Amino acid sequence: MSTAAAAPARRDRALNEALFRYVLRLADTSLVLGQRLGEWIGHAPALEEDLGLANLALDLIGQARLLLTYAGEIEGQGRDEDALAFLRDAPEFLNLTLAEQPNGDFAHTIVRQWLIDAWQIEVYEGLAGSADTRLAAIAAKALKETRYHYRFSSGWLARLGDGTAESQARAQQAVDSLWRFTGELFTADEIDERMAAAGIAPQLAAAAERFARRVAEDLNQATLARPAHQPYPWHGKRGVHTEHLGHLLGEMQHLQRSYPGVRW
Amino acid sequence: MRAAQSSAAEGEVWRVLARVPDPEIPVLSIVDLGIVRYVHRAADGRLHVGITPTYTGCPATAAIRSATRAALDEAGHGDALLEEVLSPPWTSDWVTPEGRAKLEAFGISPPAATVQGRMSQPVRCPRCGSLATERISEFGSTPCKAHYVCSACREPFDHFKCI
Repeated sequence: MSTAAAAPARRDRALNEALFRYVLRLADTSLVLGQRLGEWIGHAPALEEDLGLANLALDLIGQARLLLTYAGEIEGQGRDEDALAFLRDAPEFLNLTLAEQPNGDFAHTIVRQWLIDAWQIEVYEGLAGSADTRLAAIAAKALKETRYHYRFSSGWLARLGDGTAESQARAQQAVDSLWRFTGELFTADEIDERMAAAGIAPQLAAAAERFARRVAEDLNQATLARPAHQPYPWHGKRGVHTEHLGHLLGEMQHLQRSYPGVRW
Repeated sequence: MRAAQSSAAEGEVWRVLARVPDPEIPVLSIVDLGIVRYVHRAADGRLHVGITPTYTGCPATAAIRSATRAALDEAGHGDALLEEVLSPPWTSDWVTPEGRAKLEAFGISPPAATVQGRMSQPVRCPRCGSLATERISEFGSTPCKAHYVCSACREPFDHFKCI
């Protein structure tokens, strides 16, 4: 411990590999969710929401660019943001399984967004005080954006839940069907633990409690019920995905895969 | 003497940068926007210019970088180094008083003086000055703007987001 504190620049190889994967998890969750939101452009229920979802997508893709660039530097193999975004296959993507779930109806998109916004607030707040100054700078910047994403998604959750019978039924259905993906958000594995021990990432257990409180309050305000079933332990952040990610990547990566090295 | 020459050169570069418009709100320069963090001559003798992005995903960031590069090159500072600065993150507090005045004259309601005080400061209609305004959407034509309408003159307008 004391040597690590004395010479933080000289990370050992295992820690470097863990940091690479940890940063990819954050980057891929933002990238995949940003790509999903982009699918709404021209299709949202109202012009304001079309713009809103596109704005969220832009912020998320911007965060992903900063994180992917950093991940490439940590890896040190010469891969830049584009190589990491467009030239990896699904098992190499380490995003949360929740992020890759299809848009469904507007309620599904809002519930997915709300859960990830609430997760990102906890993670970025913790990372803003990270021992890794680059990650701390990215998190502090992203956090400001994530807070208004959350205002947007939690505001819509309340309006849909506490709205008409139709909107409430759809919001409840979305909560019920996406709930099973939430187990992964705060389940720490060896990479999370290693990052927390090094002072790089927040302790997930404390963050999980704050997240649970926030989610319970928001559901209550939206007159929606918290599902009784236990979330299933998905492993998107270990590269094990639902089939939806492959389809998303097929579209997102099509141009670079078909015309390798093509530039604007 | 060296210091005086150096600060004169830095002042000239600030003036060059004050003529680089923001591509999405061209009445504002990048200096008005508060995204130029520093201009200084380093020990290596080269000028270093630090620029910070507004929003992480702002599509104007690349355009701003190339316009700034071009302006520096044209002004004879081809060897100046353009650096990206992330920390501390940009907030609307960095928009200068001149920038705020230009925004309002252009018809965009400027952000509150400080992000902290945004709740106590109502958004004023840039057309008629009424404080009776209503937010239509937190998202507008660019990431940095929200969409409002004035209840007095009924004119819709953009508000520079307070973030």
